[in-house]
Amino acid sequence: MNDMTPTREQREAALEGMGCKRKRVEDIRFTQGKGQYVDDLKLPGMVFGDFVRSPYAHAKVTKIDASEALKLPGVIAVLTAEDLKGVNLAWMPTLAGDVQMVLADGKVLYQNQEVAFVVAENRYIADDAIQLVEVEYEELPVLTDPFKSLDEDAPVLRPDLDGKMEGAHGPRKHHNHIFTWEVGDKDETSKAFTEADVTVKEMISYHRTHPSPLETCQCVASMDKVKGELTVWGTFQAPHVIRTVASLLSTIPEHKIHVIAPDIGGGFGNKVGAYPGYICSIVASIVTGVPVKWVEDRMENLSTTSFARDYHMTTEIAAKNDGTVTGLKVHVLADHGGFDACADPSKWPAGFFNIVTGSYDFPTAHLEVDGVYTNKAPGGVAYRCSFRVTEAAYCIERGMDILAQKLGMDPADLRIKNFVKPEQFPYQSALGWEYDSGDYHTAMHKAMDTIGYRELRAEQKAKQEAFKRGETREIMGIGVSFFTEIVGAGPSKNCDILGVAMFDSAEIRVHPTGSVISRMGTKSQGQGHETTWAQIIATEIGIPADDIMVEEGDTDTAPYGLGTYGSRSTPVAGAAIALAARKIRNKAQMIAAHMLEVSEYDLEWDVDGFQVKGNPQARKSMKEIAWAAYHAPPQGIEPGLEAVSYYDPPNMTYPFGAYFCVMDIDVDTGVAKTRRFYALDDCGTRINPMIIEGQVHGGLTEAFAIAMGQEIRYDETGNVMGASFMDFFIPTAVETPHWETDHTVTPSPHHPIGAKGVGESPNVGGVPAFSNAVNDAFQFLGSTHIQMPHDAWRIWQAAKELGAHG
Amino acid sequence: MIPGEFTYHRPSSVAEAVAILVSHGDEARPLSGGHSLIPMMKLRMAAPEHLVDLGGIADLKGVAEDGDTITVGAMTTQSDLIASELLAAKLPIVRETSELIADPQIRYLGTLGGNVANGDPGNDMPALMQCLNADYVLTGPDGDRRVPARDFYEAAYFTALAPEEILTSIRIPVPPSGHGYAYEKLKRKVGDYATAAAAVVLTMSGGAVSTCSVALTNVADTPLFAKEAGEILTGSSLDSDTIKRAVAAAEAITEPASDGRGPAEYRTKMAGVMLERALARAAERAQG
Ligand SMILES: Cc1cc2nc3c(=O)[nH]c(=O)nc-3n(C[C@H](O)[C@H](O)[C@H](O)COP(=O)(O)OP(=O)(O)OC[C@H]3O[C@@H](n4cnc5c(N)ncnc54)[C@H](O)[C@@H]3O)c2cc1C
Repeated sequence: MNDMTPTREQREAALEGMGCKRKRVEDIRFTQGKGQYVDDLKLPGMVFGDFVRSPYAHAKVTKIDASEALKLPGVIAVLTAEDLKGVNLAWMPTLAGDVQMVLADGKVLYQNQEVAFVVAENRYIADDAIQLVEVEYEELPVLTDPFKSLDEDAPVLRPDLDGKMEGAHGPRKHHNHIFTWEVGDKDETSKAFTEADVTVKEMISYHRTHPSPLETCQCVASMDKVKGELTVWGTFQAPHVIRTVASLLSTIPEHKIHVIAPDIGGGFGNKVGAYPGYICSIVASIVTGVPVKWVEDRMENLSTTSFARDYHMTTEIAAKNDGTVTGLKVHVLADHGGFDACADPSKWPAGFFNIVTGSYDFPTAHLEVDGVYTNKAPGGVAYRCSFRVTEAAYCIERGMDILAQKLGMDPADLRIKNFVKPEQFPYQSALGWEYDSGDYHTAMHKAMDTIGYRELRAEQKAKQEAFKRGETREIMGIGVSFFTEIVGAGPSKNCDILGVAMFDSAEIRVHPTGSVISRMGTKSQGQGHETTWAQIIATEIGIPADDIMVEEGDTDTAPYGLGTYGSRSTPVAGAAIALAARKIRNKAQMIAAHMLEVSEYDLEWDVDGFQVKGNPQARKSMKEIAWAAYHAPPQGIEPGLEAVSYYDPPNMTYPFGAYFCVMDIDVDTGVAKTRRFYALDDCGTRINPMIIEGQVHGGLTEAFAIAMGQEIRYDETGNVMGASFMDFFIPTAVETPHWETDHTVTPSPHHPIGAKGVGESPNVGGVPAFSNAVNDAFQFLGSTHIQMPHDAWRIWQAAKELGAHG
Repeated sequence: MIPGEFTYHRPSSVAEAVAILVSHGDEARPLSGGHSLIPMMKLRMAAPEHLVDLGGIADLKGVAEDGDTITVGAMTTQSDLIASELLAAKLPIVRETSELIADPQIRYLGTLGGNVANGDPGNDMPALMQCLNADYVLTGPDGDRRVPARDFYEAAYFTALAPEEILTSIRIPVPPSGHGYAYEKLKRKVGDYATAAAAVVLTMSGGAVSTCSVALTNVADTPLFAKEAGEILTGSSLDSDTIKRAVAAAEAITEPASDGRGPAEYRTKMAGVMLERALARAAERAQG
């Protein structure tokens, strides 16, 4: 070897493969303002659609008169439910097995519901025309409190379901009832509570909020009537599913529908479902024969397309005096709004809420979820979490704190006492999941040592004394959160969307010169797939990540996949990528054997090529092999070098983490300042540590926002409050705490590269850490539970009720 | 979020601007930084048919000293206010308050004239101008008239400004050197209007308050000049009893709306807390 030959380490580094803090390649265009989003698309002859919306939360629509609007020059059409009935699209199926109005059909069920779709030459005319559409309403009694949904005399929200007492998920027990979902052993759990030394019970609410991506939902639909083909560009987290749904609804054959998701400015679950805007744009393009663009504004986004949470969780824990938990009982009242449009795998009406036993070894548990209708917007999306996992994590993490308080135990010690032990993995949870791996004790101890947990508790005690003596008006809270997520939906045995199994896919093509194009069924909305997917391939087939192009989002070119949400991309598509890459490597090995004139069994893989065992000088790099695959393919081997893989995961993955929040609260104003926030994540194998850190920062910032004030609120007449960024809390850099991140690595045993998914962990684990910090601060004044969101006035009110204002 | 149709005018003198206002009456509105007016137009809460952009009128900009008065041109931006060394030396509370308004982007465009003419109780400058006892110079077809900030505000978005008038400058009497001052603002986040805010300017002599002026932001449908609170504090040594009485007097004149910032009760109490904190800081800064 001469001096110029790169060392093994140098060759490895040149790949920028897994483990490398590779800079995000997509940022080159984003930081220069050169991303191509839906609204950047301008097609010849394109027109614009916009909605007439209901000012009322519950009303009959007695008349829609569009004649004045149609007189306005530039107005092309005004669609109403009557028009959509002609194409059988006045209603559409939801992912949750319900049906939803596309345009108001005789009545409206929530404020800002879509009533008519105005199509005009430009946005300005469309907005002017909206003001000219005359709609007559007859107001109906409004129901906004889910706790009153099932009252005998509650208003009937869904006359269309009249007499339909069998819903998509079993029997309905009331006209506003959607489903009951029951998991676990009721009798055993009751027994555990009867025999318990100690029990606690608390109604823990997780308020309604919204994913609010920077880019709102939007699309351009273009029907080519000559070819009979429909192209839809849109903000789609799951473009293939949208294509299938569009085909089923429109009866246009699936191969004649092209769905393209260009760059997406954040999704967070908001862009999984199908919305009236998409359907109306498609119909309008079919009617007019020209492309139709629809772009939601911020208020429309916040008030109509998909809320998150709104779970009211009555939580009971049974325990022994020493703190060992013996049973968990949870009843959830789930507010779904006017239609059940939750974006969960079809068989899971409450998502994976049965992960609610968390990181703890509950011998038995029982869970019941009741979904109900109210006069609020539909949705129930997984806002940066796997389906209802954030709600579950919040429920159990608050519950454990409440139990610790009752027992007089330290909340961290109580958790450690009840952790599932490393030797118990794979672990069967009482509510039916098989946790693949975990080492909770190591993570927790590392976190506690790093943050100086015991010292913080001592400081807190001293501050409480000083407060009682009147020396300070500031109190201190320490929030502990140890979460276990369930992500990577999912195995076909338990996950599908409208019958399509939730696999994912990858296609990799190596070009003759050794560069690569690869396509996946996922769709990045900021996660950095173009960077990380290339890193997986780089490590697997020894071609530098910079020579690998990653493409997603075009259903004509990408293999079928179920999209990106629920932290599923790395667990599912990430595995498909590794397996497709391994197919290529296997073929490469055969070609290399031929080139080196040895048996393929005499070869071994070495970073970026194959070498003869015991004779490393005899080697062929992947680049040489690629050329050979096209130039001189060995006899009996097909030319070319490409592979496709569809991956049906054997199990979910179970990332976990230990988060600590230290907060100082001014009791006179209710202002809470986060002094420290420490987040230790274990997501198994780490593909790109820098991207992980970015994901954790982003998710923690959302968690901070949600816990400390981000809310979609309704008044009693159903007016949606604060649906603009004036009120809806999006923290700026000034409010956002400084994040300290850390990790342990417990690889997933069943995933080809051991990775688990991390994008959502910080939102899931962050919310309980913040809320527990606020709650912890007030415990010494006798508080057991303060509901979120913890904005200043609510903290102030809690302080007042506890007598802290003297 | 798209405004209705309007005609855009860009006059180059105050006289020309006033003439346009006169010819269109209620249908015309002056446009300064646009950071209150344009959002309202996008929500179609305002639908003026004629927008009279004051941006082309050079003499409406600038900060000048004239004896014991500082005159600020209406088109002086909030960022200009922060940059002005004259204001920093003579009226440091203006910089302190400006820095608590919105964010840098908005401050580059938002003007002092627009902020005080707007009539939104959420604006910070009106209470400050009341605290400082400033006069607004209003120019109409019949020339100039002066209206004290303390008399200008009638209700939310209703002011003494006539439709054909332009607010051309703000005249602020310079408080004695060595005065103490503070603007305390509680807000949910950067870019938010106050949950409650208090402006205090005071002078001390021999440990006692010789003059004290207090005003409050966003706790009623107009800014509030808290006359009685100021009077209670004058002559006192800022002992806790007097502060309590002054706070109670200030709280008593509040009538806040309940909104996302909190219920009325909270906002009233926060006006009190902000006043207490502003007093403490002002006293610390005062010489004498
Ligand atoms: C996100 C955001 C946050 C904000 N936060 C704050 C805050 O915390 N505190 C705060 O005080 N402000 C805040 N503002 C408002 C901002 O400071 C505005 O710039 C200011 O209120 C108005 O000034 P302007 O020059 O933009 O006026 P414009 O918006 O142009 O005009 C406002 C109104 O005054 C009238 N007007 C303007 N100039 C004159 C004049 N010379 N004579 C007569 N009438 C006139 C207009 O016709 C209009 O009715 C915020 C704005 C935004 C968008």
